[in-house]
Amino acid sequence: MIRVLSPGPLSTVQDQGRFGLSRFGISVSGAVDAHALTLGNMLVGNPANAAAIEVTFGGAEFQFATDALIGITGGDLAPALNQAPVEMNQTLAVIAGDRLTFGSVRSGLRAYVCVAGGIDVPPTLGSRSTYLAAGIGGLAGRALRAGDELPVGFNDRPLHAGRRASAALVPKYGSEITVHVIAGPQADQFTAKGVETFYLSAYTVTDKSDRQGVRLDGPAIEAVGGRYDIVSDAVVTGAIQVPGDARPIVLLADRQTTGGYPKIGVVATVDIPLLAQAAPGTSVRFARTTIEEAQEATRRAIAELAGAAVEEPVLHVTNLVIDGSPFRLEMAVPRQATSQLRMTVVADGRQRIVGASSA
Amino acid sequence: MIVEFGNSIDPDVNQRVYEVAAAIERASLPVVQEVVPTYRSLLVRYDPLRASFGDITRSLEDLARAGTVGTGGRGSRDQQRQLFEIPVVYGGDDGPDLATVAQHAGVTPGEVIAIHTRPAYRVYMLGFAPGFPYLGGLDARIACPRLKTPRTRVPAGSVGIAENQTGIYPLATPGGWQIIGRTLAPLFNPSREPPVALMPGSFLRFVQVSSREAEDIERRVADGRYEIPTRRRGF
Repeated sequence: MIRVLSPGPLSTVQDQGRFGLSRFGISVSGAVDAHALTLGNMLVGNPANAAAIEVTFGGAEFQFATDALIGITGGDLAPALNQAPVEMNQTLAVIAGDRLTFGSVRSGLRAYVCVAGGIDVPPTLGSRSTYLAAGIGGLAGRALRAGDELPVGFNDRPLHAGRRASAALVPKYGSEITVHVIAGPQADQFTAKGVETFYLSAYTVTDKSDRQGVRLDGPAIEAVGGRYDIVSDAVVTGAIQVPGDARPIVLLADRQTTGGYPKIGVVATVDIPLLAQAAPGTSVRFARTTIEEAQEATRRAIAELAGAAVEEPVLHVTNLVIDGSPFRLEMAVPRQATSQLRMTVVADGRQRIVGASSA
Repeated sequence: MIVEFGNSIDPDVNQRVYEVAAAIERASLPVVQEVVPTYRSLLVRYDPLRASFGDITRSLEDLARAGTVGTGGRGSRDQQRQLFEIPVVYGGDDGPDLATVAQHAGVTPGEVIAIHTRPAYRVYMLGFAPGFPYLGGLDARIACPRLKTPRTRVPAGSVGIAENQTGIYPLATPGGWQIIGRTLAPLFNPSREPPVALMPGSFLRFVQVSSREAEDIERRVADGRYEIPTRRRGF
């Protein structure tokens, strides 16, 4: 069980989302940065869809009531365990009583606390995601509050600390990003000048952005006849709407299912994590791509995740003293790696698994 | 992918959207994950790992060529004949803007109710919020602009008018529509299957009820004994 001591500005329970119900007006929700959630779940040995805590802007504090294996992914919100800074994108063994705190944003915007076994709140309509506008899912359908207690699921194959995400799979969240865009269903509702403005300008993420979408400020995008409305139709995550103020909004996880603004483009799925981690002030540029290229990029990204996504820890032996039997081994082991450690010792060509004591 | 059938709010276009949606569902294409019908287009969500944009385009064209689209499968036709009767308490605290709408229309509140309860409204699509119906067919005489300042909270079940649209808020949300009444019929219930009461592509009529009748409905909803009355709609 994990106790919420402080949720910071916004912490919610999220999995990969509630799919297949859009025709009923039910939003997808789920982790805004689906890649970070997947990576965190892989580290701790969960299915990709296990629920985690999404922490926004930092300032949150949690206490573990039981021992657990965790992995923190996504934005760097200065995580610390018992006030000692900890590394992200690797597994950490925590013990009952440990406190995990987040400071302020160093890079990115949203961090994911993945725990072996997942956050085990009851699913609603097939998902554990918190759908804030409808008040369902997550913990009681709402954002986390101080005093909340989050159940942790059972994990039957506990892994060890020190497993690391492959560096290639950890994005860099810069203050200037470029995302790839497929032409949208109403791209022809904008003038040639409007389309050019959109692709050639830098737009700035405003503080009106939230889990529903990234609102951008920058040069006005001209629509044919000044028409910034359409007969409403379905929208997808990544759709770029341009409402009456002529500035783009990129829709994220909590988006509604339909929209009445023209869509100039759709951000390629592989680039959505960059927007999910774009804090107010981030400069965003849009680059043209095609649907074929975007889908190929998605296939490549999934293949990379299926490949060598996680590196197993290597322990460095600093001193090996063999003075008869039993022998003594001294190693440099990260503090968080000591509990749940299983060690394989090869001696005389025979392999033995020995327990490890945390000194 | 989005398949467009037109660019207007038109019953024939919407009918076509639902026919194609039904045909795609009947074909059970393994790569299709979801279809989302709207006023005048259909979103087809598919698995890009198993089909390219070209593949899915060809599959849908094959479906159209095989003539399965537009023959109106039984399932879709049954749904299209369904007419839900939504019980509404008009005016008072339940409909604080009834007088405004009447004044704007130059009729009495009673006439607004008579005009509002007459048509069978087509549920063109659900969107905006879980179970929120976009209805077509509002009588132009009672069309009314939105509130200048939206309310921060509109109670669940509120029935409103905005320009030439009428609709029902399934959940308490902020909202700018003119609220003329309220229904206690639950439109969204996450513990039911399906979680929404109104099916996209069906029809509904508003039926005026008294506060006393509404209290009875409220009790039955609380006991889990309430179903929204439905009829089969004749063509």
